[in-house]
Amino acid sequence: MRAFATLLERLAFTPARNAKLRLIGDYLARTPDPDRGWALAALTGGLKLRTVTPSLLRALAEERVDTELFALSYDFVGDLAETIALIWPAPDQGTDISLSEVVTTLQTTKKPDLPALIAGWLDTLGPSERYALLKLATRGLRVGVSARLTHVALAQHAGEDGPPADRIGEVWHGLAPPYPGLFDWLAGGPEPETQARAPFRPVMLAHPADAEALAPLNPAEFAAEWKWDGVRVQAVSQGGARHLYTRRGEDISAAFPDLVAALDFDGVIDGELLVRQDDAIAPFGELQKRLNRKTVTRAMLASHPAHLRAYDLLHWQRRDLRPLPLTDRRAALETAVAQIANPRIDLSPPVPFTDWATLDTLRAAPPDPVIEGVMIKRHDSLYLPGRPKGPWFKWKRDPMVVDAVMLYAQRGHGKRSGYYSDFTFGVWDGDALVPVGKAYFGFTDAELRDLDRFVRQNTTDRFGPVRQVKPDLVLEVAFEGLNASPRHKSGLAMRFPRISRIRWDKPAAEADRIDTLRAMLPANPLTSARGG
Amino acid sequence: MTKQTEASNDMAQEPLLTPTPQGLFCPRGGFHIDPVRPVARALITHGHADHARAGHGAVLATAQTLDIMAIRYGADFTATRQQADGSIAINDVTVRFHPAGHVLGSAQIAVSGAGQRVVVSGDYARQPNPACAAFEPVPCDIFVTEATFGLPVFRHPPPQAEIARLMASLAAFPDRPHLIGAYALGKAQRVIALLRQAGYDGPIHIHGALQKLCDYHIAQGIDLGDLRPATTERGRKLDARIVIAPPSAFAATWVHRFRDPVIAHASGWMAVRARARQRGVELPLVISDHADWPDLICTILDTGAGEVWVTHGREEALVRWCALHQIPARPLRLVGYEDEPE
Repeated sequence: MRAFATLLERLAFTPARNAKLRLIGDYLARTPDPDRGWALAALTGGLKLRTVTPSLLRALAEERVDTELFALSYDFVGDLAETIALIWPAPDQGTDISLSEVVTTLQTTKKPDLPALIAGWLDTLGPSERYALLKLATRGLRVGVSARLTHVALAQHAGEDGPPADRIGEVWHGLAPPYPGLFDWLAGGPEPETQARAPFRPVMLAHPADAEALAPLNPAEFAAEWKWDGVRVQAVSQGGARHLYTRRGEDISAAFPDLVAALDFDGVIDGELLVRQDDAIAPFGELQKRLNRKTVTRAMLASHPAHLRAYDLLHWQRRDLRPLPLTDRRAALETAVAQIANPRIDLSPPVPFTDWATLDTLRAAPPDPVIEGVMIKRHDSLYLPGRPKGPWFKWKRDPMVVDAVMLYAQRGHGKRSGYYSDFTFGVWDGDALVPVGKAYFGFTDAELRDLDRFVRQNTTDRFGPVRQVKPDLVLEVAFEGLNASPRHKSGLAMRFPRISRIRWDKPAAEADRIDTLRAMLPANPLTSARGG
Repeated sequence: MTKQTEASNDMAQEPLLTPTPQGLFCPRGGFHIDPVRPVARALITHGHADHARAGHGAVLATAQTLDIMAIRYGADFTATRQQADGSIAINDVTVRFHPAGHVLGSAQIAVSGAGQRVVVSGDYARQPNPACAAFEPVPCDIFVTEATFGLPVFRHPPPQAEIARLMASLAAFPDRPHLIGAYALGKAQRVIALLRQAGYDGPIHIHGALQKLCDYHIAQGIDLGDLRPATTERGRKLDARIVIAPPSAFAATWVHRFRDPVIAHASGWMAVRARARQRGVELPLVISDHADWPDLICTILDTGAGEVWVTHGREEALVRWCALHQIPARPLRLVGYEDEPE
């Protein structure tokens, strides 16, 4: 547990991706099997453990510590597992238990035996390990490590002669924790056999393009289709198992039982997950309500039915179609969707065009608000994992822009240490500025220095690493979309906001008003009056 | 027991010490201890800014505290000064300074009079500290304690273990300078001395604000090794592995001279994750110059005090502990002292 606890501690305070990779790499190099496999599963949320409830922990703590002292401590620390880890009366230099022992014991212990088991461990472990144990047992490890990051770390661990991250990802999804054979394979051994049915296949991604980049290319060699604003998914139905994966390989099947029920075929479809009502596709914000849920209510299934719009076909009836050109895969996809014959699954229609100018017009004014641009794919492109240069492009609709006023700035980390680099901005609502978003990229290093200077010279208040600034500087903010959001004070949430220009010239009074933003909200077929 | 009861009765008539807006006051002696505003006569426990202020009529403190006050405030920080050495009679009481183990020169002040002894701890620590003399428990009737880390969640790890974490981070990120936030008086020198004890003998760069106080520690015989100023030409990056600076420097443009630094912070508060996160710290180091919960309790028991007064910090929890152990205790709610300040 000690090495795992140390890793967890460092990861929790390390925001930079490369630094995270370094920490995970060091851990993998030093930790034996099967501990390192269990650790990766724990970090990426792949561990299925019996969940220890907060009330069980609270009861344990109150057996050992005066209630009032515990309450004062919890109030100060603010996190139950952390309070218990710190307050538990045990030796500070405890004996260590292996992560494997903790995981396998937690998996097999019956519920009535849990309190004694946890208390016994807390009595022997040191404070940092107690914290790791409690976070593990309450499934509260939130350290920002994605499966993809783990695959990259594993690829780095394997070295240049080892398999690439995409291949590791594919194998990873076919193995169950603690991933037997994985590390042998990375060290040059045989590739482990994947037991899983319906595994995830690494997704093919497109490079962004614009008119200039496309100009030298021959439009006749390319097909185009709409780029729908949903969640790119891989629907896998093989060997009796069905899974819905995100493009990073995260399994989101549990949140979409309605769509999973419709995967009545043998194959792998690449498509866009959308929420549909009648003939209309709902804006992204409506789909978001169904994401990140462990279960879904019946009401939600009825009001926000899930839909799959198919782009590509990777496997069909035990045949791997990925080595075929797009034209052949597309023909197979059309046949497959017709065979499935379920209204929840349809084809992404082709967008015919003869020259780039025509496509540009279509891209800029798509026929549906839930289209965010066009995908451009070579007719002869094979389905390759990752983001190969050349075969696929995405040409997005121009972003929405708004002129907002900088309100707060927060210091960055790592290379941005000491620079105010995260900016909260607002627009006018009457005479007041209401915050509408936060952006931390889009500017050059030179502009960052100028922004940092502005923040330092115009600070009106400080809250820890955050400064409030005189509302004087107008930032042109570009964003990909806007959703209604009851969680934000303004009632709006921007997608991918970034600073596209710094308007040193523009007076703050001329920044945009909240009405301008509200007018940009997509018409919502689920909540607005029908027929319009 | 009888003696203590009598003493308590005496005290009820005329207390040896009493809290006032200026700080703890001794009516029989006519002096304040660590006053937060200028007074005629001040006894100072240690040189931290919230305890040692300039502008008093007369100051009595250890020689090192007097030196530190002169370094920080200039030689004219007080009209007259006296060095604490042995027992000193002041009007109707006798005072004596005992090491507090907090920072260089730090002392507890024992005040005796009318058959009673009160010990004012000031800030104190029980962990060994290579940068100052060790705490010495003084038997007393009333123990006036701090409670900065007065919650049972605070159990400081051995500082050597925290330095080992720092060394591990240096090994994991050899290309990133490690910037350690540490208060200029005491913490900075302690971190440096701990690094030296751990065998790190490379150069340590220090922020300009630490120079005079580091020089003073060296003059007092504390070996800090190869210290270099963390200065560089404008616009140039500074190549340094370990840099010590007051934490406030990390909010200043000063930090721009370092390429992709790891920001560390040495403080007892770093035991609580939310505190470390609020500061934007990447490597929290739990190194404190204050007593943790077990040491607060062990010290109360060591002094054998029949009564405990709590000056500042998390007083409710310590008062609660005293109540659970049948020791009369009360919070003084003194204003003006910071939690482990910066």
